[in-house]
Amino acid sequence: MAVGLEHYLILSAVLFCIGLYGALAKRNAVVILMCIEIMLNAVNLSLVAFSRYLAPDVVLLTGQIFAIFVMVVAAAEVAVGLAIIIVLYRSREVIDVEQADTMKG
Amino acid sequence: MAWLFWLLAVVSVGAAVAVVLNRDIFRAALFLVLCFFTIAIIYVTLNADFLAAVQVLIYIGAISVLLIFAILLTRGVQRGNPFNRLKFPALLITGLMLVVLILVLTWTDWPSIVAPAHIGQVAVGEPTTAAIGATLFDKVQGFILPFEIAAMLLLAAIIGAIVLVREK
Repeated sequence: MAVGLEHYLILSAVLFCIGLYGALAKRNAVVILMCIEIMLNAVNLSLVAFSRYLAPDVVLLTGQIFAIFVMVVAAAEVAVGLAIIIVLYRSREVIDVEQADTMKG
Repeated sequence: MAWLFWLLAVVSVGAAVAVVLNRDIFRAALFLVLCFFTIAIIYVTLNADFLAAVQVLIYIGAISVLLIFAILLTRGVQRGNPFNRLKFPALLITGLMLVVLILVLTWTDWPSIVAPAHIGQVAVGEPTTAAIGATLFDKVQGFILPFEIAAMLLLAAIIGAIVLVREK
């Protein structure tokens, strides 16, 4: 069976759901950031798969350009996210998201 | 090349599962690097050579190193990589979501289009780097405004990160 668009999309869906599970079910804030990175990579994978397989004999470059913009946003997000985690660690000595509940109603 | 896809799929999914399940957070970060690297190789099989290089440079070279720095800086408080109390409800919800996604993906009849000539494209097997640059900065169909906004976003993120972690 030849590998086609659906194979890559299903691989992307599996990776996305693994990342989503980790982001929902973990307590360590750094691990949650890692799982968000896995989710962003899964979305990038599906964008690149569409750019390759939507028109079967050429590679459409707009999908790859969208993936580049997603990477830019991921880099900005991880920089600010890690800064917030470091500040949380300095001020309260926790990086457990269940203990960081000062703003809980 | 089907065997290569299946090998890469198994390794990347296994590495992602290991990130979630590994008890040692540092080893989880190393499995994350493995996952990023297999995705870079998948990009090569999808004729995205420039993106594969960018994936290695940004994700493995920058983001993983930042994450490992954060793990080392917060070494005092972490005790492993525990689950919170949503362990089983989250498994149920994400499992349901995965089933729905796979059903939709397999039931959808994905179209094969004939690419319009004005959209940036290269033939299968050709290098993409120069064509990506030409498409990104094309005067009519290009992405110059999003490019500038992305630059401003990165600048704002850098300044924000510095302001957040600065010692008072």
